[in-house]
Amino acid sequence: MSQSTAGKIDHHNEEEHHDTSSIKIFGFWIFLISDLILFSVLFATYVVLRTRYSGGPTGAELFEVPIFVAETFILLTSSFTSGLATLGLQQGKVKTVINWLIVTVVLGIAFVGLEVTEFITLVEEGATISTSAFLSAFYVLVGTHGLHVSAGIIWMISTIFQLSRYGITEETNRKTQVVSLYWHFLDVVWIFIFTVVYLLGVM
Amino acid sequence: MIESIKNFSSDFFVTGDPLIYGADVSIVLVMVAIIFVLTYFKKWKWLWSEWLTTVDHKKIGIMYLIASLLMLFRGGVDAILMRTQLAFPNMDFLPSDKYNEIFTTHGTIMILFMAMPLMFALFNMVVPLQIGARDVAYPFLNAVSFWTFFFGAMLFNLSFVIGGSPDAGWLSYAPLSETQFSEGPGQNYYIWGIQISGIGSLASGINFLVTILKMRAPGMKLMKMPMFSWSVLSSCIIIIFAFPILTVTLGLLFIDRYFGANFFTLAGGGNPMYYVNLIWMWGHPEVYLVVLPAFGVFSEVVATFSKKKIFGYKSMVFALLSISLLSFFTWVHHFFTMADYKVDAFFAITTMAIAIPTGVKVFNWMFTMFRGRIQMKPPMLWTIAFIPTFLVGGATGVMLAVAPADFQYHNSYFLIAHFHQVLIGGVVFGFFSGIYYWWPKIFGFSLNEKLGLWAFWLWNIGFYVTFMPQYALGFMGMPRRVSTYGWDMGWAPLNFISTIGAFLMGAGFIFQVWQIVYSIKHRNKEGAADPWDGRTLEWSIPSPPPEYNFAIIPKVSEQDDWWYKKQKGLTKVKEDYKPIHMPKNSGIPFIMGGFWFITGFGLTFEWTWMGIIGLIGVATSIVVRHLDNDTDYYIPVDEIERTEARIGGTR
Ligand code: HEM
Ligand SMILES: [Cu+2]
Repeated sequence: MSQSTAGKIDHHNEEEHHDTSSIKIFGFWIFLISDLILFSVLFATYVVLRTRYSGGPTGAELFEVPIFVAETFILLTSSFTSGLATLGLQQGKVKTVINWLIVTVVLGIAFVGLEVTEFITLVEEGATISTSAFLSAFYVLVGTHGLHVSAGIIWMISTIFQLSRYGITEETNRKTQVVSLYWHFLDVVWIFIFTVVYLLGVM
Repeated sequence: MIESIKNFSSDFFVTGDPLIYGADVSIVLVMVAIIFVLTYFKKWKWLWSEWLTTVDHKKIGIMYLIASLLMLFRGGVDAILMRTQLAFPNMDFLPSDKYNEIFTTHGTIMILFMAMPLMFALFNMVVPLQIGARDVAYPFLNAVSFWTFFFGAMLFNLSFVIGGSPDAGWLSYAPLSETQFSEGPGQNYYIWGIQISGIGSLASGINFLVTILKMRAPGMKLMKMPMFSWSVLSSCIIIIFAFPILTVTLGLLFIDRYFGANFFTLAGGGNPMYYVNLIWMWGHPEVYLVVLPAFGVFSEVVATFSKKKIFGYKSMVFALLSISLLSFFTWVHHFFTMADYKVDAFFAITTMAIAIPTGVKVFNWMFTMFRGRIQMKPPMLWTIAFIPTFLVGGATGVMLAVAPADFQYHNSYFLIAHFHQVLIGGVVFGFFSGIYYWWPKIFGFSLNEKLGLWAFWLWNIGFYVTFMPQYALGFMGMPRRVSTYGWDMGWAPLNFISTIGAFLMGAGFIFQVWQIVYSIKHRNKEGAADPWDGRTLEWSIPSPPPEYNFAIIPKVSEQDDWWYKKQKGLTKVKEDYKPIHMPKNSGIPFIMGGFWFITGFGLTFEWTWMGIIGLIGVATSIVVRHLDNDTDYYIPVDEIERTEARIGGTR
């Protein structure tokens, strides 16, 4: 392949009828659909196995209201702050974008931290993944969401890094939009976890 | 110390079987030969910069093609081994545990590592050219797809010589696939081989969906798009909805095995039947998503070689899309015997309903041929052979869909005959037809027709000789997945005939390899740009196409636009070139694939440290890519002019 680079060329000069950024964002939506299906299957699994305690503890015995309410509150707030970051994007203020993203990352870390401590406490109480089918489904559904959030944190840090280096360009603009779209998506999934797993669990 | 190394290696390497030692020796010899040839001809750099790092969809397509033909060979050897064992009663060629391993690897390889990548080979070779695009929507991701498939397939195949193969069937039903019944690495190989290549399949599904929706040449309305691209679109829709189900299913199975969870176990409240549901919720859509592109190939081939527009374009599109949808509502027909009768009734009806759009398609192909000027070129031969084969396969499928009757056929050789009839007659013949059809476009020379004719007849005769007796064997009560049977069953003559047929198909494959090698040596480049007097855009550019495909993006006005332009004498375009924006090559996809391999290998042997190293590598590759802003370049006008002059482009 001949890699002779003619350098970046003025955009009016080229024959480019496909707008790369919008194509990438469109593809990301499609990815979100398949990620949504992934979560739907995990939800279905949870619902199928929800009452199979196998002699182990039930949700009502395990879940601590203050903890999962705090988790929900933190994640909802972080969704809001990532929204503020995209607002800053539209105003062209790099500083605002970066600051709000940093706040989002910190909230995300707090969320993951809370979840990890929740899991550790449960395991210490003897409620492990092998205790019952119910707990298997619980850990995997909630844990998969937690892993998604962790990946989102790394991704956001990488985006912050680029924003601080290149400012707001077409590229960083798109990357910021996509990561905050992802973040909102995880928030929506969490609302379902909150309802189906925790609220119905303690009721 | 020495003792422990000895112990380790006798567990690690599969030992004690001449077949395996043979495989060991040949693997080592092939590797040495490859390394020698590459070093001797100083080709390492070429290999790296032209192939391993490429993001060009045409080259990725070629790599998919090579890999899937290798896998066809491997799966075919498995098939021949099984048929040899079954040729006579009480044979002692493969003991029953080996037989279990071999039908498992045969089925898994044929579907996931042969049919899927052969399908992706066609996607890559054809779709961008057919819709007038310069590449797919995400060229880098496309390379990631290929390398995850490739390393996943390698991981799966490694099980033959290291650690031992999986043996719980191609869908690995729980609880048989749980640790309790399938200890050891075999089952983990299955999980990780499929899981890693599954990432690539999902990514390809998204990639080609977006390519088709967003990258079509100006003027190509969806309802003017070539039928093959429509079939790819419907196949991608299925991929996007079905593959996440597979990911979760195998993920849960692995979590059961690795962390001792209780999703599908017998104890602890697990539900094995839930596994069977989940795996078929992916599995049935899976078989449809591989056959739809074959339908697309037939539509192109029939139109081209009948010199007519495809009959019933709109009904074809409708049929494709309704098959995509219906394919998600039939899964229970794979276990009528284990479900409730009311549930059975529902799924029997949905299954039969799929026959309707499928029938519509068959009629449309026939009407297209009717009164056409039919040319019996190789692609057309395979298409014509497909129709009766698929009709019988479809008819036996409807027989199986009659739930009460299925209690008789279930898990018998009747079923084996049925699904091979649709998989070979539909998928394999279809993809062969496509490969013969587009070969000159991608490689710039044609394939020898005489050798191809031999291959064609051997495959076809072999097919009927193998599988027709199996319907009868099914009625005679022979169950699937048995490694041997007694003289008193009366199954011997038909089994022997069936085995002869398998060898005939094997000979057909050898003729195809010979055909390819022969045609590479005696390159016949004559008329390769448009050898079949084609109808769609891919035939309007030189063969092989330059890296940017279209020097000037065509403006489309009609369905079968290229044919229309040829008829109207509008093939000349103004040579008004502009710089072309292209993606840069990248080594990251290959390296990331390698890290996936390390991850999979570590988790297969439950060496957590190795799995973690692999995953860190994967994550690092992604972040490095995310931070890279220098991912594309421009081809300047003078270079385009030189290339076009050299290859005789833009007519
Ligand atoms: C080339 C000719 C082929 C021959 C002679 C052949 C033969 C066989 C045989 C003997 C079995 C095992 C039957 C049993 O003991 O239950 C089998 C199973 C199977 N074959 Fe093939 N096969 C061929 C091609 C294919 C192709 C092209 C595909 C898919 C695209 C395929 C997919 C399968 C599957 C999914 C199974 C079931 C494996 C299982 O039971 O888990 N085969 N085949
Ligand atoms: Cu099915």
